[in-house]
Amino acid sequence: MRFLFDKNTWQEIFGSIGKNKTRTIITVIGVMWGIFIYIVLAGASKGLDNGFERNFETVAKNSIWAWSQSTSMPYAGYKTGRRMRLKVGDAITLENRIPEIQYIAPVNTKGVFGGEAAQGVRGLKSNSYPVYGYFPVIAKMATQKIYDNGRFINDEDEEQARKVCVIGERTEQELFEKDEDPIGGYIRIDGIYFQVVGVHKFTQTTPFGTDGDIYIPFSTFQKLYNTADNAQYFTIAAYDDADVVQVEKDIKSVLKSIHRVHPDDERAFGAFNLGEIFNKIMGFANGLTFVSLIVGLATILAGVIGIGNILLISVKERTKELGIRRALGATPNEVRSLIILESVFLTMIAGVIGIIMGAGVLNLINNLTQDSDFPYTNPTVPIPLVIGALLVMVILGTLIGLIPAQRAVSIKPIDALREE
Amino acid sequence: MIEIKDLHKSYKMGSNSLHVLKGINFSVEAGELVAIMGSSGSGKSTLLNIIGMLDEADEGEYDLDGIPIKNLNETKAANYRNKFLGFIFQSFNLINYKTALENVALPLYYQKMPRKQRQEKAMKYLEQVGLKEWSHHLPSELSGGQKQRVAIARAMVAEPKVLLADELTGALDSTTSYEVMELIQKINDQGNTILVVTHETDIAQMCKRIVYLRDGVIIKDEKVKQVRAKAHV
Repeated sequence: MRFLFDKNTWQEIFGSIGKNKTRTIITVIGVMWGIFIYIVLAGASKGLDNGFERNFETVAKNSIWAWSQSTSMPYAGYKTGRRMRLKVGDAITLENRIPEIQYIAPVNTKGVFGGEAAQGVRGLKSNSYPVYGYFPVIAKMATQKIYDNGRFINDEDEEQARKVCVIGERTEQELFEKDEDPIGGYIRIDGIYFQVVGVHKFTQTTPFGTDGDIYIPFSTFQKLYNTADNAQYFTIAAYDDADVVQVEKDIKSVLKSIHRVHPDDERAFGAFNLGEIFNKIMGFANGLTFVSLIVGLATILAGVIGIGNILLISVKERTKELGIRRALGATPNEVRSLIILESVFLTMIAGVIGIIMGAGVLNLINNLTQDSDFPYTNPTVPIPLVIGALLVMVILGTLIGLIPAQRAVSIKPIDALREE
Repeated sequence: MIEIKDLHKSYKMGSNSLHVLKGINFSVEAGELVAIMGSSGSGKSTLLNIIGMLDEADEGEYDLDGIPIKNLNETKAANYRNKFLGFIFQSFNLINYKTALENVALPLYYQKMPRKQRQEKAMKYLEQVGLKEWSHHLPSELSGGQKQRVAIARAMVAEPKVLLADELTGALDSTTSYEVMELIQKINDQGNTILVVTHETDIAQMCKRIVYLRDGVIIKDEKVKQVRAKAHV
């Protein structure tokens, strides 16, 4: 070990490495390229991973939407093709029966899935906008950013069926003047006056959302449009650790039992499972990480083998020099360590340069994709992976160095000296 | 200093074996300057290599300053070479990417001497061979005679018991050869034991004793009146 920290040892190594600079540089490039590829791939797949994660961050990742359709099987005396209708009460039953459900909220809409949108009027300005009847709990499932001074629908709005609304950015632009504060202002929705309590920043939290959506309390929606206890769909969030596929199945079977639908009827209720899709995407990202790991390590291996190859040639070239050293008193171990240390040193230098270059390229890509929709955020390579790669390089460098080192000492000094 | 008894050495050449040394009896006292002469194939280089522990005898005894040299492994041989012997080669064998000073300091590196001490000592010996001003030149920037003087300094630096020179003037013209021999004589005058292998009579005459080798046996071993190289320069 003392040998490793000896200044003299390093002077010897620098001496022999510096002797043939071109060869050293070419050797180093092999490993450098390997670790560079490894870092860029690992970082890029992490970036994609983070990017997907960011794209989903506004929605609870375990979200499920469930809606009603028509039956396709006769059951319990009912004929086929019966039109199903979700009831507000179903939500309570679902929440009680399925413990994995964290939040559930019935939703009614107007002008979202076909049908006429609501007429929003303010003074002389008017346009048609989709209207949602939302429970306050929706905010916990699909995070809507509300602009300063504003707020989302709260429990009191819901209890008292207040005529308040949260409007979209576009709605604000179309109904209000540019420098006017919309908060506290009134707009008319299908003939009824509503007070604006918030403006939401548009983020795609459902496949059908737009920047003109108007949210009003669910109870107000019931009164305005006479929806009684019907619900158009349920927005459901399962707990993070729940098996979302199972939860979706449970929801459907509970709904079937409430509404007396044949247990095997696949058509009566529809559902969209974001959790399942999210898991698939994350699975893809994980696969990508794994592939990049394998490709990176294979490239490093190829580079290290290159170093071994070059050192083998170098030992052949230096046969005479090594013979002189041994005539002057170098022991076989000293010669061996010189070659191995050279190998490890070259590998490490190459590795560190490769890591720095890889980090640079990752940073560049990050800057270029900063403001785009491309799902790519904060590409990082976890420190353990970097240390692991360096460790792999040291081990491989040592192992590959053993071959030329053994070759160097296998030649007798007298034969080495004779070589011209 | 050197005691050799009944030394045999043969080389295997396929199915034949070539008997190179056929029972050498030979001893060298401290402070001697011995020339080993013989035509090529007489076994003089083989003898020198065995004395230099670069090669091993098949049979016979070899004592160096009272230490029996037998069954050495590579590491031990390397340590003995480093401590007891200094080599001077026909083709100089300097390491071409190291400066004269670094070349001279190399044996001390293998003695694990600290760098500073090493360089001071190497410089001292370079000065002795008259190359102080050339200490930071690479071998490629030196003349043949200068290279051989660097090699002599390198052989001397570890203060070995015996200096072994194999055809040290073989690659030099006669004037340079005499200069180098003058240096060898000077070193010998300081009390160092030196063995010179040569096939040149004039070089041999500059030693104090000549051992003639032919076909693996010593045919003549005589003390001669030393010709001082200085007279020829």
